[in-house]
Amino acid sequence: MSQGRRPFGRRRKSCPFSGTNAPVIDYKDTRLLQRYVSERGKIVPRRITAVSAKKQRELARAIKRSRFLALMPYTVDQ
Amino acid sequence: MALYEHVFIARQDISAQQVEGLVDLAQAVLEENGGKITKNEYWGLKSLAYRVKKNRKGHYTLLNIEADHAAVAELERRISLNDDIIRHMTLRVDEHEADESIQMRNKNRDERRSARREEGNYERDAS
Repeated sequence: MSQGRRPFGRRRKSCPFSGTNAPVIDYKDTRLLQRYVSERGKIVPRRITAVSAKKQRELARAIKRSRFLALMPYTVDQ
Repeated sequence: MALYEHVFIARQDISAQQVEGLVDLAQAVLEENGGKITKNEYWGLKSLAYRVKKNRKGHYTLLNIEADHAAVAELERRISLNDDIIRHMTLRVDEHEADESIQMRNKNRDERRSARREEGNYERDAS
């Protein structure tokens, strides 16, 4: 499968938090966490962001901590 | 002894000196119980993402703590009784960050940037 062009070929992205010099997930780093929430403030599913399952759990935990400390919103009202 | 990160948010209408007073209080409580604060970071008056006890802004402080559970439990009890503190969170961590946290780095960078912008304005005014 890896050879040849696939007709609907979008290559599988790899997890942004795996590999060398990947960013560390930290509840204090709102700039990083902001990329993984929607405009409405909801956590983006990992099928869209390609984050691995383990890192997604870590990420969700960090976002929730960040919300508790009012660094990030629970909801963004339109 | 375990390592903890403790973040607390103080009411917006108290001064930075009063926040330091709160840090001293935390230090006193911990030292009574055989713990210590290894790092104290004042993030400044930041706007909150939503209102907390009718406040729109708050003084954020991060403390890195090395203490036993009993000391931290006492600290939490005292902190939650304090009316100036609107929110706090204590986390047990495996290791402390040696240098300043990302919030502090962002704050410093923003300050540098605005300083540079002001310099730029002066130059433009002069020419």
